[in-house]
Amino acid sequence: MISAGADGIKDVSPPLDVADVVSLKAGDRVRITGVLYTARDAAHARLLPLIEAGQPLPVDVRGQIIYYTGPSPARPGEIVGSIGPTTGGRMDKFTPALLRLGLKGTIGKGARSEPVKAALREEKAVYFGAIGGAGAVLSRFVKKVSIVAYEDLGTEAIRRLEVEGFPAIVVNDCHGGDLYEDGVREFSRE
Amino acid sequence: MTRDIHASAIADAVKKLCMEANYALEPDMLRAFDRALGTERSAAGRQVLTILKENAQLARTKMIPYCQDTGFVVCFVELGQDVHVTGGSLADAINEGVRQGYGEGYLRASIVRSPFDRVNTGDNTPAVIHVDVVPGATLKIQIMAKGGGCENRSKYKMLTPAEGLEGVKAWILECIRTAGPDACPPLIAGVGVGGTFEKAAVLSKRALFRELGTPNPDLVVDALEREVLERANRLGIGPQGYGGDTTAFGIHILTYPCHITSLPVAVTIECHAHRHKEAML
Repeated sequence: MISAGADGIKDVSPPLDVADVVSLKAGDRVRITGVLYTARDAAHARLLPLIEAGQPLPVDVRGQIIYYTGPSPARPGEIVGSIGPTTGGRMDKFTPALLRLGLKGTIGKGARSEPVKAALREEKAVYFGAIGGAGAVLSRFVKKVSIVAYEDLGTEAIRRLEVEGFPAIVVNDCHGGDLYEDGVREFSRE
Repeated sequence: MTRDIHASAIADAVKKLCMEANYALEPDMLRAFDRALGTERSAAGRQVLTILKENAQLARTKMIPYCQDTGFVVCFVELGQDVHVTGGSLADAINEGVRQGYGEGYLRASIVRSPFDRVNTGDNTPAVIHVDVVPGATLKIQIMAKGGGCENRSKYKMLTPAEGLEGVKAWILECIRTAGPDACPPLIAGVGVGGTFEKAAVLSKRALFRELGTPNPDLVVDALEREVLERANRLGIGPQGYGGDTTAFGIHILTYPCHITSLPVAVTIECHAHRHKEAML
């Protein structure tokens, strides 16, 4: 579900449907409240063979958002450690297959490949950017954490996060919009 | 006259450096955020810089890592030739410090034991250690908690002598451009020019330890750094790649004599989470 906040920031709550995704444009600032699933390199490497074999995944990704992150350990009394995004491009190999299963969003930092951008358009999904390196600030928006799969992977395990007002920005929308390209176009003085 | 330094003192120092580096950005970085806030035209860019300042403050006060990627520990040691390390080896002592620092400091274990089987070592060891033996009886340890995302954008090129200074400028800018939003800009480029293949790469790391905002002592290289920085900040990539004027905080270059056939240039890309600390024993 998506609603426009009075401050111009869009409130996003998974699960997302096609109409939600269509309403998002590159450059839109969003606040995400609800569930995010974490997965990065090692977890994706385990998911792909399951997808290829037509087997169920440990998480039903339909309508969901995957956050590319590997948090640092929580201090006693804290919910989570530092939890900023990792580079999305390293997951490019895996993302189109997940989008075809109904995944509606991913959160990371850095540019995606052309095949991923094409899959975002075809499957109607969105790539959000969170501020890389702002792991301490971003940890404040995480209210609950549990491990749902691959605990042996440590920081790379799949975690279920409950977040409240998690700040992000739309980098790639399903209309071909790309915040990074727009940014360079606007500010380049070459 | 030799001076004994016990391995446990080295481990203690490294442990402390690892923790402090990850919680408390050095003042040169904080000043860079402020300088950039004064010049950045992009509203999104200013917002990123403001959040990064807030992030630095929160990290320091709550002792929570500035970035969840608490890095690969890259350690430069200047070992006085009159120092005798007792109670164990220098490398073991450094790795013990990393083990303790990352464990007790709630820092992330990000190192896998083999590039192929990719099993996490669980304690962020081993460090990458560079040792120089120097005159004297002191032991200087500099550490950097080097993030993986930006490291992945580091590059090397063998230019020809004919490509010269202009070729070096173009290559550094090309590295910054292709690093783009992936490397968490505003970034710092550590550049090693000259030497051999491996010498240039090591210099590119060492160059990052110079205090940000200070001039290069070599006037020719200083002019080169200033020009490349100015041009990098015209690329438009901006903080986090959202567009803007602050793509790089600094270009730090070290040079070394090189062969008549060669002009090696290594560029280490460092993100705004530039975590570096040093201690003298």
